[in-house]
Amino acid sequence: MKTKLLVSLGMILATGAVFVGCGSAQDQGASNTIKVVGSTTVAAPMEKLDEAYALVNPDVTIEVQGVGSSAGVKAAGDGTANIGMASREIKESEKNLGLTETVIAKDAIAVVTHPSNSVKDLTMEQVKDIFEGTITNWNEIGGADADIIVVCREDGSGTRSAFEEIVGLEKDFNGKTVSSVVQTAVIQEGNGAVKATVASQENGIGFVSLGYIDDTVAPLSIGGVEATVENTLSGNYKISRPLLILTKAEQSSEVTEFIDFILSDAGQEIVSESYIPVN
Amino acid sequence: MQNCNKTKHVWKKVNSETLMKSVFWSCAALTVISITFIGGFILFNGLPFFAHTNIIDFLLGEYWMPSGEIFGIFPMLVASFCGTLGAVVIGVVIGISTAIVITQILPEKPANILSKTIDLLAGIPSVIYGFFGLMVIVPLIKKYFGGISGGLSLLAVIIILSFMILPTIIRMTEVSLKAVPNEFKEAAYALGATPLQYIFKVQLRAAKSGIITGVILGIGRALGETMAVMLVAGNSPLIPESILSPVRTVTANIAMEMGYASGVHQQALFATGVVLFVIIISINVGMQFLIRRLERS
Repeated sequence: MKTKLLVSLGMILATGAVFVGCGSAQDQGASNTIKVVGSTTVAAPMEKLDEAYALVNPDVTIEVQGVGSSAGVKAAGDGTANIGMASREIKESEKNLGLTETVIAKDAIAVVTHPSNSVKDLTMEQVKDIFEGTITNWNEIGGADADIIVVCREDGSGTRSAFEEIVGLEKDFNGKTVSSVVQTAVIQEGNGAVKATVASQENGIGFVSLGYIDDTVAPLSIGGVEATVENTLSGNYKISRPLLILTKAEQSSEVTEFIDFILSDAGQEIVSESYIPVN
Repeated sequence: MQNCNKTKHVWKKVNSETLMKSVFWSCAALTVISITFIGGFILFNGLPFFAHTNIIDFLLGEYWMPSGEIFGIFPMLVASFCGTLGAVVIGVVIGISTAIVITQILPEKPANILSKTIDLLAGIPSVIYGFFGLMVIVPLIKKYFGGISGGLSLLAVIIILSFMILPTIIRMTEVSLKAVPNEFKEAAYALGATPLQYIFKVQLRAAKSGIITGVILGIGRALGETMAVMLVAGNSPLIPESILSPVRTVTANIAMEMGYASGVHQQALFATGVVLFVIIISINVGMQFLIRRLERS
């Protein structure tokens, strides 16, 4: 009995020592840790950038947390993160945080229909009306006489919130701002599922990230501008968003070096796996 | 010396006995612990949500709009209920008839083949059912019935779910029909009953507790099914107006939005999980209760 007690006491002490050891090790490394917090959309390429950067510069530890654009802006603003990530333009209310914006990539969202659909071009207004359910038949916009089947992403999806924000799909409901996508819209989880649904519905319309376009669906031009990489970079294609990283003016050399790496050829190549690189 | 050896032997035996006993005990305990942990985890994550929306508004709210933090799961509850009810009605009719065919009508060999095929049906992963539904059933519904969402509808959900619960219902019915003592048959025939009269008036009644167990297991499966349903349902969070309306079930709601949800939205999904958990547990408890009553009578 006594030995058991001693053994367990010893184990507790040993565990404690290990934890204390860990703590002090982390403290020492703090100056070389870069905290990157924000949009989950940007967090995905950021994690790959982190892996690649570890090979170039193993002394620096990068912590990536995907918590959403707004939280990222806030974290960069109050200094809890060295770098904030956002997958949208900075709002007016966020401008006064004094953050430097760096565009690391662009993401475009294409409005897609079935390839057999005769409608090939819509204005931003028409896109909004279709997704809000005010236009319900293709013949109202020059197509065949058939009911439009709206296909939309699930709530919480970054692509959906970006699309809603750019197109202006918001309404007031009992004093709260909610998405105004028509309630009867078919909801599918993921870009791939939306694409597959539109590809199987002659009267469907949906939206996917530009990278997902293939010949099973037809991307529409918006106001006469085709959804292409060039038009996105030039800013002519309107349904697009920047992937931003945000920093305070004063930053350590580790942070600036990491940002330089992101904008370098090696970094941009990683970003280009899923988004449109800016350099 | 001999005495000493003997006690040693006994001691060893007792020791291995207790050792194995504790091994089995801990295995059994593991099951109980995991169910407690899962339940606890869901409750722990879901209950704080009810500080945001009270439970009545949550259960009876007609709107699910996470973008405005409005959470009502009534449309999903209705969808799950209708989907399950429809599937069970179809499943019971087809399932019990099939089981009767297997046990009573077909000769042994074809009955065996049919029975094995049904086992295969039970082994198909649910995503395959969903894919089949999306590629075959949804276009068929679109072609023959139309509907506002091109075939993605409550009807598609019901059809897919009835396929999925058939094996459970057939298997349980088959086993319990076979368990009816042969004397019943002899007595019925001796009294001049026709084979059909025997099957419907004697055998099915004698087997009812087993059949009901099968049906309730089927209900559990239909309620809990996620992947297959998500692919064919259309997933609009609306109270279905007709059988051709797109619907979103309780499970699909969780699976679909959990990926990116954060904050209150995530809590709301856990709270949806709590509701589902409570429903499934009450069905199970209800089943135990019902079966005990049936067996007593």
